[in-house]
Amino acid sequence: MKIFTMTKTVTKNLVKGPATLMYPQKERIFTPITRGKIENAIDRCIFCGLCGRRCPTYAIVVSKESKAWQIDRLKCCICNLCVDVCPVKCLSTDNHHAPSVTERKMALHRESAAPQDDPAQG
Amino acid sequence: MAHRNVIPVGPQHPVLPEPIHFDLVTEDERVIDAIPSISYVHRGLERLVEKRDFIDFAHVADRICGLCSFMHSLGYCQAVEEIMGIEVPQRALYLRTIWAELSRIHSHIFWLGVAADAFGFESLFMQALRLREPVLDIFEETTGARVILGVCKVGGVRRDIDNDSLKGIVTRLTVLKADLEEICNVFINDYSVRHRLSGVGFISREDAYALGCLGPMARASGLAIDMRAVGYAAYRYLDVEPVVETAGDCYARCLVRIRETFHAIDLIRQAAGKTPEGPIDVKVTGAPDGEYYSRVEQPRGEVIHYVKGNGSRFLQRFRVRVPTFSNIPAMIKVLKGSEVADVPNIILSLDPCISCTER
Repeated sequence: MKIFTMTKTVTKNLVKGPATLMYPQKERIFTPITRGKIENAIDRCIFCGLCGRRCPTYAIVVSKESKAWQIDRLKCCICNLCVDVCPVKCLSTDNHHAPSVTERKMALHRESAAPQDDPAQG
Repeated sequence: MAHRNVIPVGPQHPVLPEPIHFDLVTEDERVIDAIPSISYVHRGLERLVEKRDFIDFAHVADRICGLCSFMHSLGYCQAVEEIMGIEVPQRALYLRTIWAELSRIHSHIFWLGVAADAFGFESLFMQALRLREPVLDIFEETTGARVILGVCKVGGVRRDIDNDSLKGIVTRLTVLKADLEEICNVFINDYSVRHRLSGVGFISREDAYALGCLGPMARASGLAIDMRAVGYAAYRYLDVEPVVETAGDCYARCLVRIRETFHAIDLIRQAAGKTPEGPIDVKVTGAPDGEYYSRVEQPRGEVIHYVKGNGSRFLQRFRVRVPTFSNIPAMIKVLKGSEVADVPNIILSLDPCISCTER
């Protein structure tokens, strides 16, 4: 049994400085595959609704008539199933997390196809 | 005759990481009875199986618990694969083993930290959490998430780790091993730590067996119960050896976890060297019809996933028996007769995971 077992570690720490990141000054680096949030390149979206049907938390609502795609970022569990299932690969996972919100409805992210894109798609 | 008091501990208590409540009946400083009550975090995940497609449910199984998230999806996927007769590719089995062992390392290091916090060694707690970070970084680089991995799916795994990254993981774990040895030296040899843990919360081999202990709790009492020896995933190709101690007290449980952490690092090294080339998943068609018990060794002990399907996309029944649940009777037995000051140590040496227990 010893009593000064921590001494080596403590001395090392004193020399090395903090192990944490000084957050606001130094940005955290995300890996390329970090699952942050789901993004939709709306110009390419064909509003097939597969992502909405595949979503395990029912976070995605797609409306074919009004050409709108909506995701509830608080419901989304970023499982990537929608990205896998998307036939035109317009969905992607961004490696930065969605900003924090103070109200549930602020987490609703809605995207609609721009009117000039409609003829091109049709 | 001393005066009897009832001391409530939990569900919110500085040393308890998760919500479990105890009514400790005490006489002076001695606990003579402990009445546990759980169900503060019941979420109804088992019932959810009737409402979710069985492929998607792997994600729900992932969210049963944070620390052993991967083991839960592994157990669930194994059960479904067994019912449907799916042959999982070898590479996927090895990758599953690697992630499962990484989960074990991160859970055990976390436990060491929390245990240090419980006996009042704050700086050791910080050191342990610092050492857990490299493992979480590996998780993020290989799966895209730090805690809820979401890589296990029915029929294989979702992401591949290329061979260079596998070598990188082994190298990083070697560095981690050196750092870990330094910290573990404190747990094993330090006078105050030994004084606080030795002889506390003793449970004999017979009692541990009769009360159905599992995991490190059983192994610290000399019972060599380790489900990895059964040989699920790629464990049948690796040299798995149950880590057994015989003292049966909190110190022995601490030792078991320390040695298991090093054993897990060794298993990852073995698995990374043997991982064959090939596909990582197979296409799943049809739906499960039948029932199966899948047994997986979690960091806390053996977990059983019972899955019953009737040939539709929605399963009929999903049941999880987690190790904490089987360890609670033993915990009550150990708590009776202990000192009030030792209660946090005893509860933590069992590593209770209440989120798992209540689902």
